[in-house]
Amino acid sequence: MSSPLLHATVCCYAFECSSFLTNPITYGYMDGFDSAVQCVTVLYWVCDPQMIARGKNASDLFPAVVKNVACKNIEVKKLVYVYLVRYAEEQQDLALLSISTFQRGLKDPNQLIRASALRVLSSIRVTIIVPIMMLAIKEAASDMSPYVRKTAAHAIPKLYSLDPEQKDCLIEVIEKLLADKTTLVAGSVVMAFEEVCPERIDLIHKNYRKLCNLLIDVEEWGQVVIINMLTRYARTQFLNPNMNEDKEEKEKKKTEATAIVKRKPYVMDPDHRLLLRNTKPLLQSRNAAVVMAVAQLYFHLAPKAEVGVIAKALVRLMRSHSEVQYVVLQNVATMSIKRRGMFEPYLKSFYIRSTDPTQIKVLKLEVLTNLANETNISTILREFQTYIKSNDKDFVAATIQAIGRCATNIGEVRDTCLNGLVQLLSNRDELVVAESVVVIKKLLQMQPEQHSDIIKHMAKLTDNIQVPMARASILWLIGEYCEHVPKIAPDVLRKMAKTFTNEEDIVKLQIINLAAKLYLTNSKQTKLLTQYVLNLAKYDQNYDIRDRARFIRQLIVPTDKSGALSKYAKKLFLALKPAPVLESPFKDRDHFQLGSLSHLLNAKAGGYQVLPDWPEAAPDPSVRNVEVKESVRAVETVTARDRGPLGPSSGEDVKKSEKKSKPRIGSSESESEEDDDSESESSESEEEESEEESEEETKKKKKVGNERLENTRTTDIHTHTHSERRNTHILNCDSQPNTIASVQVFDTICKPAWLYMQFLLNPPLPVSVPQTIIPSGNLKTYELLHRITGEGLSVEYCFSRQPFSPDPHMVAVKIQFTNSATSEAKSLHVEDAKLQSGMRIKEFPEIEVLPAGETISVVMGIDFSCSLMFFVSIQPPVGELMMPIFMTENEFKKEQGEHRNQCMEIKQYGPHFDCHAVVQRVTTAANLSRVPCGSDKECRFAGKTVTSGSLVLVSVVTKEDGAAQLTVNCEKMVIGTMLVKDIHQALTQ
Amino acid sequence: MQLPAKMIHSLFLVNSSGDIFLEKHWKSVVSRSVCDYFFEAQERASEPENVPPVIPTPHHYLISVLRHRIYFVAVIQSEVPPLFVIEFLHRVVDTFQDYFGVCTEAAIKDNVVVVYELLEEMLDNGFPLATESNILKELIKPPTILRTVVNTITGSTNVGEQLPTGQLSVVPWRRTGVKYTNNEAYFDVVEEIDAIIDKSGSTITAEIQGVIDACVKLTGMPDLTLSFMNPRLLDDVSFHPCVRFKRWEAERILSFIPPDGNFRLLSYHVSCQNLVAIPVYVKHNITFREGSSQGRFELTLGPKQTMGKGLEAVLISSQLPRGVLNTNLNPSQGTYNFDPVTKLLSWDVGKINPQKLPSLKGSMSLQAGASKPDENPTINIQFKIQQSALSGLKVNRLDMYGEKYKPFKGIKYMTKAGKFQVRT
Repeated sequence: MSSPLLHATVCCYAFECSSFLTNPITYGYMDGFDSAVQCVTVLYWVCDPQMIARGKNASDLFPAVVKNVACKNIEVKKLVYVYLVRYAEEQQDLALLSISTFQRGLKDPNQLIRASALRVLSSIRVTIIVPIMMLAIKEAASDMSPYVRKTAAHAIPKLYSLDPEQKDCLIEVIEKLLADKTTLVAGSVVMAFEEVCPERIDLIHKNYRKLCNLLIDVEEWGQVVIINMLTRYARTQFLNPNMNEDKEEKEKKKTEATAIVKRKPYVMDPDHRLLLRNTKPLLQSRNAAVVMAVAQLYFHLAPKAEVGVIAKALVRLMRSHSEVQYVVLQNVATMSIKRRGMFEPYLKSFYIRSTDPTQIKVLKLEVLTNLANETNISTILREFQTYIKSNDKDFVAATIQAIGRCATNIGEVRDTCLNGLVQLLSNRDELVVAESVVVIKKLLQMQPEQHSDIIKHMAKLTDNIQVPMARASILWLIGEYCEHVPKIAPDVLRKMAKTFTNEEDIVKLQIINLAAKLYLTNSKQTKLLTQYVLNLAKYDQNYDIRDRARFIRQLIVPTDKSGALSKYAKKLFLALKPAPVLESPFKDRDHFQLGSLSHLLNAKAGGYQVLPDWPEAAPDPSVRNVEVKESVRAVETVTARDRGPLGPSSGEDVKKSEKKSKPRIGSSESESEEDDDSESESSESEEEESEEESEEETKKKKKVGNERLENTRTTDIHTHTHSERRNTHILNCDSQPNTIASVQVFDTICKPAWLYMQFLLNPPLPVSVPQTIIPSGNLKTYELLHRITGEGLSVEYCFSRQPFSPDPHMVAVKIQFTNSATSEAKSLHVEDAKLQSGMRIKEFPEIEVLPAGETISVVMGIDFSCSLMFFVSIQPPVGELMMPIFMTENEFKKEQGEHRNQCMEIKQYGPHFDCHAVVQRVTTAANLSRVPCGSDKECRFAGKTVTSGSLVLVSVVTKEDGAAQLTVNCEKMVIGTMLVKDIHQALTQ
Repeated sequence: MQLPAKMIHSLFLVNSSGDIFLEKHWKSVVSRSVCDYFFEAQERASEPENVPPVIPTPHHYLISVLRHRIYFVAVIQSEVPPLFVIEFLHRVVDTFQDYFGVCTEAAIKDNVVVVYELLEEMLDNGFPLATESNILKELIKPPTILRTVVNTITGSTNVGEQLPTGQLSVVPWRRTGVKYTNNEAYFDVVEEIDAIIDKSGSTITAEIQGVIDACVKLTGMPDLTLSFMNPRLLDDVSFHPCVRFKRWEAERILSFIPPDGNFRLLSYHVSCQNLVAIPVYVKHNITFREGSSQGRFELTLGPKQTMGKGLEAVLISSQLPRGVLNTNLNPSQGTYNFDPVTKLLSWDVGKINPQKLPSLKGSMSLQAGASKPDENPTINIQFKIQQSALSGLKVNRLDMYGEKYKPFKGIKYMTKAGKFQVRT
């Protein structure tokens, strides 16, 4: 394909016989060409914009090419897409031919095909298909696949630019996608938001916290967009964290004597804090744009004391490509004016190398000047001295300006700088001298009295120096301070009068000025000279100069006609002029959002969103609260008794044996355990809690009454919790190296150890109907325990809508057990119902045996105290997940040595332990067998997990002081941790 | 009505002679005449690297980067963070380099089809879509000589037949289904020292810029952890997105699922506060006498604080003042070259032998009658030190989880001179 010959041939073919294209591709692309490669190459040349540049418009081929849209070859297909997008605008009617193909693609079962169909469809700029696009985007926005939803977000700005009338509809879609909880979508939808409706800040409220939390896992380009948007958002919603300090400054300026004004102590909104905290790690991104985005966020939003963190990251960026350096330096220059202290420690990183490009040198110089203060000025000036010797004269000129600025800002070094600059006046390079003259002029204006010798020195320069700006500056200086150099000034005027006609305009004007000023102060000596100069000027070619001469003559030379103004001539010309302030060009540039294009250009670019000022009073923070359902929860434990052959029926062993007979549950559990194995121990307990919580929610949710409405809500919750799970995993990737595998698998949900079921109950009003239980087909049934999860035992329940006879205040709940397993289930009963306060339960009588394949119904009463929600859970203690094995002491020690690294939990206990009690308690808590040992002080237990057969070793060592130490070794970290918890509880009871 | 469209509109590639040799539009076509503003700026700039990266024109903004003597000029229409565009353009160059080995005009022209395919995938409507090299390689296979031959004969293509599932996974940076017969993971710790040394030989500023570049060819989904002997050195770092940040914060261990192939795992910065050791010293005596047409030039190099490792590939370059007409110098080793037009002196020293220090001595002839140059030249030094990282950073161990096989592991250290200047 890289052969130019092939290119050329194919190219000729393509343009000389366009039928060539039609032909092969209609009947499979192979016919006319030898291969797809050639076909592809033709297409590329057709699509190549360079063809257009050569005057070859390939749009004639449109029909021929578009027919290939249905082609199977992916590369051909892609190229047709490229071509289509490129030429569709010109050939609108023909482009419509291809639309049906994409519409088909939108329904494809493969998410990648759906996404790419949408991507191309939305890129075709043909107004007729706007409704089709709108529909496709809407559908894709609720697609199952986050990747397709992301593509939908990308399509929004495309449609918007094609037809802005669709804005309202698009905003709806954006609103919907903003609520999406996947990192994949977040960046793209915020981008769409910024393009379509950046003013609708209200759409962000509900999603603010989520966006903050997702931020670190969003892809880097999306991060930039989100951070910039959140900066603007924060500016409208939170209070200025530097409010008090800023006020103080202002107050100081206004009235220093004013009594302390009442200040509200500033408390940062937790959401504001959240944003700052979650963006900080991104300073370590490899992407310079992300780092810059965070830096500007901190600069605009963080309390003064915290802004410092960004300096290090910005300085690091300076090592990057010179373009990056250029942009970063521009921003640093602006920041360093307001927050000088931040960059002071990095002063040396801004030192200039002779190999830097000039534009970088000048910017670095700017930063160095901004950073100069009393303490570091001597080092900076020494550095400047080196720069002045540089070959790069533009840079030298900039350095001289910088010295001038340092001198005006820092009084202590003014004389030093002035002396240095005066020395430069004898430099051989004229540009350097001229620049120095200009800067010295500005400096002298500050305190002319002490520097008449410098003025004298400069007066001498007029003989040599040719640069007009410098000559003009010298003349202005002499005129302004002619009283300090009374003898020299007239002489300079004399010389200037001689050369007047040859001077540049700017110099001529200053000569006239000088003449006028001398005439007013020393008319005796200069009267004739002035007349002469004015006469020369009267006939000058430049009308500015002629005008000036006429004006000045009227003003200073008293004649009969001269008006009242001439009396004030002296005041006009010799008024005290304020010294110029040498300011950084970067001053006040921070009213543009830093890092933006507008900031860089110091001009508002199209589409720039102004960074709003902080509000005076914070808007209601509760708008960001996301609704949490309020409900009273009840936890009830239902235990299904053992159905297996071993089934002991004593109450104590129920849980244990139940576990044994549930191999399938066990296996799914071990999977999830593996996932969790690598979780760091410290985060274990937290993890579990959050897991339990989401588990609860993820479990089947049920409700009665209000059916339609409730139904939709429940499904909503479902999808959300799913995506939430994903998120937690993605977020936790940092701490759990192995979660990647588990992310695709949602089976953690089915972890039986925390088998919680939650159902929303909407208690129906008691209706008086006969008290018998009639199974009614009309009643809606809900699932409590699914057949698969319950190992063949399924439990369903329904509200029988009949009064519960034993207690009229209870709601009758009919529970139906179905045993679809092969063995019988025994002793089904309710155990340890843990109820929330106010709730009561009337258990159903124990069902002794439920033979295989049978179904049985029972009724129990629950007083819900009119609340709507409670939980059911079957929770086997971890100790029941294992079976005892026999081991000798030596074996135990050996195994323990081997498993040392896998899990070791040690807890200390207070005194009063005797061996017997320990054995009893441990064996009650966990199904382990004791390992015989010689010592009384040590008890060892061994077992293995039922499903995966991994060893579980427990040892309790009693110490001299009566305290005890518990050690659990188990390669399943979750089991290990849980077991430690349980045994610990058992021992401390 | 054309509404302001954000992000990148078009891309033009301009070579050093000022020809546009490739263009790509992601939205409607922008006439290439927009580049005239760029050429104007190029003319104004004295050096190629002095072209401003951002140029405003009446209707567009041009943001450009210069790499490998090619300007990549992006056209945008409205507000967008300039770094966003610059970073993206550099990513494009990196991708080309990754695909074609070099990023030259010839390479781009030879692979024009792949270039277009890549650009098409990297941006959607001007917004970056797939910039991760592993995903792109799943979508578009990089050309190899063998594949080019095979493709020409059999008619197969570069476009991957499989759909890129990587985009959907939670590890978007790693392609799926990686298989190798030899599983290997190599890490290069490369440090560059930037320094300015003043006339008297004292250090004005010195800092170390380090990177860890990895070449990981491992089957499946390996999960690696890399720990350091002295992680404390790394207080200013930036990571590849694969690195788990929380783990680093908590334990100072790099834990990551690596992308397949070459990538930059980490870059770090050790700043001047930490007293960077300078591995080389220069004794110099460069003088011009007033009124004489001769100048003296003497230079001696020697090693200093190199921890016993030798200095290699030493190269001295210096821009002599304009007044110097020619030089007559004697190197004790290596070769030297003086270009009388650009006034650039370069001396290829090679290895430094501590027993016999290399020197370059002789005279310079100046323009007759011209006054003495007021600037002494700055000396730029390049060197390499093998098997040593100047900051002292040491990798402790590399562990792999998640896969059964035993990979071959390797680590290499190197120190280079970055922007190392001696003022005279």
